[in-house]
Parts: sequence; C-alpha cells; structure tokens
Amino acid sequence: MVQQDNKEKQEVVSSPPTGMQVVWREFKKDKVAMFSLVALVITIVSIFIAAYFFIDQEEAMKISLRGKFAPPGADYWLGADVGGRDVFGQLIIGAKNSLLIAIVVTVITGAFGIFVGLVCGYFGGWIDNLFMRIIDFFITIPSTMLIIVVITVIPKYNAWAFIAIVSVFLWTGTARLVRSKSLSESRRDYVNASKTLGTNDFVILLKEVMPNISSILIVELTLNFAGNIGIETGLTFLGYGLPPETPSLGMLVSNSRSPLVIENYWWAWLPAALLILFLMLCINYVGQALRRSADARQRLG
Amino acid sequence: MWKTILRRMVVMIPQLFVLSLLIFVLAKFMPGDPFTGKITPETDPARVEELREKAGLNDPWYEQYVRWIGNVAQGELGNSYTYKVKVTTLIGERALNTFWLSLLTVILLYGIAIPLGVFAGRYENSWFDRGVVLYSFVSYAIPTFVLALFLLYTFGFKLHWFPTTGSVDVRFDPGTFSYFMSKIYHMLLPAITAALLGTVGIIQYLRTEIIDAQTMDYVRTARSKGVPTRKVYSKHIFRNSLLPIAAFIGFTITGLLGGSVFIETIFGYPGMGSLFISSIASRDYSVITTLVMLFGFLALLGSLLSDIIMSIVDPRIRIE
Repeated sequence: MVQQDNKEKQEVVSSPPTGMQVVWREFKKDKVAMFSLVALVITIVSIFIAAYFFIDQEEAMKISLRGKFAPPGADYWLGADVGGRDVFGQLIIGAKNSLLIAIVVTVITGAFGIFVGLVCGYFGGWIDNLFMRIIDFFITIPSTMLIIVVITVIPKYNAWAFIAIVSVFLWTGTARLVRSKSLSESRRDYVNASKTLGTNDFVILLKEVMPNISSILIVELTLNFAGNIGIETGLTFLGYGLPPETPSLGMLVSNSRSPLVIENYWWAWLPAALLILFLMLCINYVGQALRRSADARQRLG
Repeated sequence: MWKTILRRMVVMIPQLFVLSLLIFVLAKFMPGDPFTGKITPETDPARVEELREKAGLNDPWYEQYVRWIGNVAQGELGNSYTYKVKVTTLIGERALNTFWLSLLTVILLYGIAIPLGVFAGRYENSWFDRGVVLYSFVSYAIPTFVLALFLLYTFGFKLHWFPTTGSVDVRFDPGTFSYFMSKIYHMLLPAITAALLGTVGIIQYLRTEIIDAQTMDYVRTARSKGVPTRKVYSKHIFRNSLLPIAAFIGFTITGLLGGSVFIETIFGYPGMGSLFISSIASRDYSVITTLVMLFGFLALLGSLLSDIIMSIVDPRIRIE
C-alpha cells in the first residue's frame, strides 16, 4: 500500500498530467460525460454505417400510397409518413445529412473564426478595429431572419449554398472568443521572446499561440457543432434550411406542422425530435466536460 | 450617465445604416416588383414600363435607396401585397400581440429563474441545487422548436390543458373580461416555453454570484457581528446579487425576438414572428423588409437598454 502510494507520487512528480491525460481523467471521474461520449460515438458511427451500407435513399424516399401513415410494425420499423415513406430510413439518412452539414459548417466557421480571432488579437491596430466593428454588427442583427431572407433570394439553391449562407452569419462568436484569448496570450513572455529571436509572426501564431489555446478551441468547436445541428434542423423545420432533395432531421420534424400529424401520428415526427434532443444533450455534455478539464480550477479529477 | 447613453446611440446609427443597406440590396434581389400582382397577360408591356418609370424603379439604385430610407423615416412603408392593407397597420396589430406575449414571457421567466437561482446558490450541492443545474443544462441544450413541439404535443394535444393555436377565442367580444382571460390562456403555453428556454443565463449568474459572495469580506463581517445566517442571505447577499439581474432584461428581449419566429409559428400565435414566416412564404416583400428592419432596431434597443440599466445599477462600469 505504502509502496503503491510512493509510486503514484513519483509518477506525479515525474510527469504532470497534460493534454489527453487530463481529459481522460475528467471523463473517468464524470460517469455521465463518459456515458455521453460513448453513446455519442456509437450513435454517430452506426448512423453513418447504416446510411452508407444498409439504407437506400431512393427506397426510403419512395412514395407508396398504401403505406400512408402506417403505424410502426414489421414493414415499417418506425411507421410511415403521409407519403407512405419509411420513417426509419428517412431518420437515418436525415441524421447523416444533418450531422455532415453541421460538421462542415463547424469546420468552415471554426477555421475562419479562429484565423480572424488569432490575427486580430495578435496584431491589434486597424485590422482588429475593423473586424471588431464587423463582429459587433453581426452579433446585433436578427441573423435567423436574414438567413431565411437570403435563402429565399438565392436563385440556384442547394445544400452547399445553405452551408455558405449559414457560415457567413456564424463565424463571429468563435472569432470574438479567440480574439480575447489571443490578445492576452500575445502579451506573454514566450511570445515576446520568440519575437526577439526573429520568428515569423505567423509561425508564432500557428505554432506557439494556437497550441496554447487549443483546449479552449476544442471546447468551442464542440459546442458550435451542437449549435449548428440546432440551427440547421431549426431552419429546415421552418422550411428554409436544406432543400427537399436533401432530407434532414428538421424535415422529418416539420411533419408535425400539420395539426393532424402532430396529434395522431407521433411516429412521423417524434423520433427525429428525440434524436435531435439526444444529440444536443450528449454533445453539449461532452463539451462541458471538456471545458472543465481545460480549466484547472473546475476539474473534478 | 447621459453622455454614456448618447454615445451608445451614436454607435447604433452606423449599424442601422449598414443593416438598412443590406436589407435594401436583398430586397432588390427578390424576384418581382410591386406591379407583379397587377399585371395580367392582357396588360400592355409599354404601360408596365410607364408604371415602373413613374414609381422610380428604373432610377439608379442609390437614388432608390435614399428615397426608400426617406419613406421609412416618415413611416411610409408601402402596402402588404397579400393582405391589401398598409404595412404599418398590419405590423402594428401583430406587434401588439408579440408585445403582450413577450411581457408575459418576461414575467414568467423572472418568476422561474430568480427563485431557482437564489435557492440553488443558497443551498449549494443540495439535491435542489443539482436539480437546478440539470434543468439549466437541458434548457440550454434543447433547441427552441423541439421543446415547443414537446410541450404543444403533451399539454396541447394529449392532455388538452391549453389551446393549440390562435391568440384568442373568437366567441368573446373584445373588451370583456372573458376576452382578456382567453387571451392570457392562449398566450400561456408559448410564454412558458419561451420562459423555460430563457432562464439559463439568469440562473447561472445568480447561483455563482451567491456562491462567490459567501466568502466575501462583507459577508464575513456580517457573520462575525453575529447576524443570523438567514438575515445574512436576505439582507446582505441577495440584495447585492439581485440588482444586476435587472440588466438581463435587454438581452432577454433580444433573445425573445429571435425565438419568436419559432415559438409563434409552432403555436400558431399571430405575432410578428409568424407574420415574418407567412410573408416569406407569400413573398410579401414590403412586409419582410419592414420586419427585418424592425427586429434589428429592437435588438439594438435591447442591448442599449441593458447597458443603460447596468450603468445605473453599477456605476463602476460606466463606459468612459
């Protein structure tokens, strides 16, 4: 027992826990976070496997009048909607599309937001002023409404247009956060030392400042991912998100906009709504656990 | 104080200007013009051209923009193509509905958030506190339309506790007491939904504020004087923590406006948010542009309001 204690102490002294170790300890300590992470990974992986190998989109979207609002059973695992289309198939295809769109939007807004934030915080001056004015503007305008207006105005509308439009409105939050972190980080001694040695500014930013705020970036991207799922499904629910040829979870939920369906045919909208809720809860919980492990004062483990 | 407010209002002007320019450009991209609906196959193309010329649609865009802004400033917003009434009349009616709904939401929101935040902070790590933390996590993570649908399905369609659409029962005459009660009854479920979604910020702020206050000097002084614990909380801590909550009202308004598009559409409530969606569907451009402009203006006003209240409540943060 004593030996073991000593051994542990020695280990702690020899290597302070860093990076993934801290995250791992946090998740080991927080059972709910661990459960969310495992459940999330299993769900996402099985959605992608099912969507690419087992479910035929043509088949799932095929209209059959005999199957109109068929209740869940052997033929239709989760019943069928107004057109007799299989809800389960649509759910899988829709979830795949919703997840893919959210991932792409997160990557685009994340990359642009991080870049702008790093540059503004590091260089300051007129470029910082300019971007801060732009960000202030974006934060105060009614973005949901403007996104909808732009979507209705665009002539050749498809999933890529949706991604582009939404990304234009969503990079500002990340940029603002990264700017504040980059600003305080850029005044640190290690940055000054590196500058004195003549390191290129962009090398300092990408190889020195960015790794130091990477934990915050990962948290931000995780939470953005959840937020983007919400935004895409919400807009599609209203009818101004993904075009009809790209099924999404939001489109399934929008079945409920008919009072007849919401009251009598729960299987046409409820599974998609529950799946959205499940994804949002898991991703947000994982994000919060990551945030705790990024902040030494809040750690559980 | 006045200087702060004035400075903030000056900052608002360029933001409104850029927003109006953006909306104007988008409106120009929208297919069709005010005459699209009046043209029949028999209409002479020369006559249409004459009408367009007369309405100034062939002028350079900046002249049209200046004229449009001039009209907006005078309250001349044109007519709704779908409803055949003045945009101001139409929106005025709907704005009143949204106003009442928002008012009820704000009352419920503060009514839910303050006790939860205060008691969660007062009894940190108790079962109640854990429940509140869980609740605020779920309400933060759940999308507006998902919660609205769950509540509408459960309490509207399955339990029949609340009406599922509309803003008032048509059987009652305006002005009577039952008319008023029916209005509140129709607003209740949408207001509860919006309130549940808006509480996170206030609860978290109050909870951490109260937990932090427990180790502060003024609390320690009060305790060492022999003030009973109950009084330390009610007379010292709560007073300090509750005041800044007033400043949340501005952000709350901004948040409510954003959510109103979903809430009003789902609950079939005839406010500005549902008007926006139906105008988009019917391509009623004069209504759309006015609504976006109005929402932008109100959102700016909300954040201005927050700053003003904050600088009244806490003189330390007055903007220099």
